[in-house]
Amino acid sequence: MGWNLDKKRPLCPQICEQICVLIAKGELKPGERLMSVRDVAVSASVNPNTVQKSFEQLEQRGVIYSKRGSGWYVSETETTAEGVRGELIRSKTAAYIRDMMALGLSKEDIQKYVKEFNHE
Amino acid sequence: MSEILRCENLTKRFGQTIALDGLSLLVGSGKIIGLLGPNGAGKTTLIKIACGLLTPTSGNVYIEGEKPGVRSKSIVSYLPDVEHLYHWMTVEQIVLMFRDFYEDFRPDLAYEMLARLGIDRKARLKTLSKGNKEKMSLILVMSRNAKLYVLDEPIAGVDPATRDYIISTILNNYNPDSSVLISTHLISDIETVLDEVIFIKDGRTVLHGSVDWIRQQYGKSVDELFREVFAW
Repeated sequence: MGWNLDKKRPLCPQICEQICVLIAKGELKPGERLMSVRDVAVSASVNPNTVQKSFEQLEQRGVIYSKRGSGWYVSETETTAEGVRGELIRSKTAAYIRDMMALGLSKEDIQKYVKEFNHE
Repeated sequence: MSEILRCENLTKRFGQTIALDGLSLLVGSGKIIGLLGPNGAGKTTLIKIACGLLTPTSGNVYIEGEKPGVRSKSIVSYLPDVEHLYHWMTVEQIVLMFRDFYEDFRPDLAYEMLARLGIDRKARLKTLSKGNKEKMSLILVMSRNAKLYVLDEPIAGVDPATRDYIISTILNNYNPDSSVLISTHLISDIETVLDEVIFIKDGRTVLHGSVDWIRQQYGKSVDELFREVFAW
């Protein structure tokens, strides 16, 4: 897979987010095995410790779990993908609204822009 | 995390020139660390002292608690910044020489990596391209089961594909209990694989921290911070 990392921000949350996107889109299915830490490290050219930390954070959030000696798996709870997707939508929306408000737009202005936005 | 390399108040003078000026640092195990600094900052001098090739004018250096010597050389795998292999030897002769020199050297692994690159065992080193010579040097160094890998400018002067090859070879072969110290000034190419960075300037440490901490603290990439710290 292609990783798209911004070197200006800590890498750990970005790796977490990109794995969440794969889960939300259904490209990683519940119960499916993730790439190994080293494979992710090599494919993303990222430090293995950073990948390990990202996996541990996702585990704490209940998104993935580890099986001793066999690697990491997407959580099988039915609502995981949905929950991850909802979280992503909320955080991306919040970030968008924050950026627009920084430009001096009101909520109504933002709604207007979103409605009129032509997706081309 | 245990301690692998410790430098205390290291000073190195070459006549009037002060290459290291009271430098101290501590490197733990299981990390990939970038040793960053402009030309002439003292990176190579520090590395040569850690590898036991130079002795400090004053101060101390310890590898796993011991001063550089026979034992430290058996656990430190060093890639010099200049061509260091005999150009008249064949690939096979060089691999065998490494096997004779280092107990922790794994010839099978070296041959496997060389074969994957299509480098012929019988070829003489002088017939290899610059990129393949660089790759071969790195393969030899990473084929050791060392505690500390010290790579002096491993990605200088190679094309982007070779650079990717070098980075993935480092990531694939270093042992998680060991540490890798990489000196470079090509920071943006390598910063995502680092745990920590050490900035050195005029023979002293000016900054030592985890890379994600730097990004969080400064909102900048390590490369951008470097340009700021070393602006002239």
